[in-house]
Amino acid sequence: MRRANPGLSRQARAGWLFVSPALLLVAVFFFVPVVIGLVLSFTDFDIYAIGAPDTARFVGTHNYAALFRLPLFWKALGNTVYFVGVGAPLSVLVSLGAALLVNSRLTRFQPFFRSVFFVPVVTTLVAVAIVWRYVYQPQYGLANWALRGLGLPAIDWLGDPHWAMPAIILLAVWKNFGYNMLIFIAGLQSIPQSLYEAAELDGAGAWERFRHVTLPGLGPTFVFVGVTTMLGFFQLFAEPYVMTQGGPLKSTTTLVLFMYEEGFRWWRMGNAAAIAFVLFAIMLLGSLVQMRLQRERTT
Amino acid sequence: MRRIVPSLAIHALLALGAALTLVPLLWMVSASFMPTGEANRFPPRLLPSHGTLEHYAALFTRLSLARPFMNSLIVTAVTTLASLLIVSMAGYAFAKLRFRGRERLFRALLLAIVIPTQVGMLPLFLLLQKIGVVNTLAAVVIPGLAPVFGIFMIRQYALSVPDDLLEAARIDGASELQIFWTIVMPLLRPILVTFAVFVFLSTWNDFMWPLIVLSDDRRYTLPVALANLAGEHVQDTELMMAGSVLTVLPVLLLFVGLQRHYLRGVMMGSLKE
Repeated sequence: MRRANPGLSRQARAGWLFVSPALLLVAVFFFVPVVIGLVLSFTDFDIYAIGAPDTARFVGTHNYAALFRLPLFWKALGNTVYFVGVGAPLSVLVSLGAALLVNSRLTRFQPFFRSVFFVPVVTTLVAVAIVWRYVYQPQYGLANWALRGLGLPAIDWLGDPHWAMPAIILLAVWKNFGYNMLIFIAGLQSIPQSLYEAAELDGAGAWERFRHVTLPGLGPTFVFVGVTTMLGFFQLFAEPYVMTQGGPLKSTTTLVLFMYEEGFRWWRMGNAAAIAFVLFAIMLLGSLVQMRLQRERTT
Repeated sequence: MRRIVPSLAIHALLALGAALTLVPLLWMVSASFMPTGEANRFPPRLLPSHGTLEHYAALFTRLSLARPFMNSLIVTAVTTLASLLIVSMAGYAFAKLRFRGRERLFRALLLAIVIPTQVGMLPLFLLLQKIGVVNTLAAVVIPGLAPVFGIFMIRQYALSVPDDLLEAARIDGASELQIFWTIVMPLLRPILVTFAVFVFLSTWNDFMWPLIVLSDDRRYTLPVALANLAGEHVQDTELMMAGSVLTVLPVLLLFVGLQRHYLRGVMMGSLKE
């Protein structure tokens, strides 16, 4: 079929040509695997099936049912929810605090502090996880040295099942808060100065200005930061892999770590795929709930 | 005058925050120069009694990290350059070239942002195994060649390219490829730098995917090699700190050099909503 306008068809041809490499790559190496993953999650694909894929059989929802009966799955889910539920809000709070401090009218050397707080974001997670493992070392580590200096009892950070997850949360907050801080700064700077001046004329104090001008003005930023931080925190993997291998007593085994072990250590691909989709469903649900909550709060 | 107290409080908090942020990294650097055993003392030493480079030497001799370092460099350079071309072509086309189904295609592509990468990792591994590239650097590079966030980022920027400019070039008889290369690419330069820094950092720092597809330690990227060594050399604190410095240094230098572009990119991300 020939087009009436030859210019448009030339443009259309170029358009397809220009998008096709990206499209092909995303389709073949992302969308196709995701669909195969969904299929895999309904099969008993295991180490034998890697050599001979036709030995894998459909088992319906068996993988999912078996997963929900597995105590380790609930443990990993609980750990993940703990990490997301405590870590993500804490990280957002620290980010907001840092943004308010850096962006304050009184602050000198703003670019300096902004860059310093951002440095952990660019560092390699594996490397800093190793550094923090030594910071948390119970006898010689800086963390316990600081606690003793403050007159507090020492903590067996990574060796105590009650402290291992909080220790990883602290590392994650340290590593990530600079990113959201920057986004909060952008949000703060987009609030018109006139609103603050008007509030000041009405006799609003610093707290009231924060409560009635800053917080509402940051509404859309909160949605963005909240959802992206939550999604990122759900994918916790490298920190426990490097620092605790999921221990002690499985207290830092997360869903992604569990999936990795099922899939790439024991080669139970069917099970691992089911874990991946459960994680996906939870993340989707979490995003929807959060967006709904935010919408209700703003309307 | 009444500003002095709040100003002092703010700067005290900022200084405290900066110290907490930097101490782990500064200690990493300091410990990497300490003689063996000095980082495992109580109370902890903050500075080496005398500096030594023996651990850095050991990284390249005893631990042969030169190879993983080169692997990381190759993977990162290839991914950055190739994705730069692929993504800018797509981003520009989605913004400026009219063709049927463009909007629908773009929306379908954005779906990829919502789906966590882990969901596709297992089948991707099987797929790459079928192609026969598992345990090669190509397997590390391939999934990173067309990051969807980049297509989105560059499309947003390319929307501001004036149509008149493109039309004028068409009337002058320039081909679409010429227009893209000689007119559009120079205009996209600022966003391309931002994107390149993003990809460089995330590729260099990536851990889970290389860990999955690489099984031969001569093929390891630096983070995978480092994580592997951290298991074997738990007691060698100073050595591991030197390894960490080596891993972090390239990205840190890049950040210091190009932070303006990178920070702008992060702030742009927040405007996605």
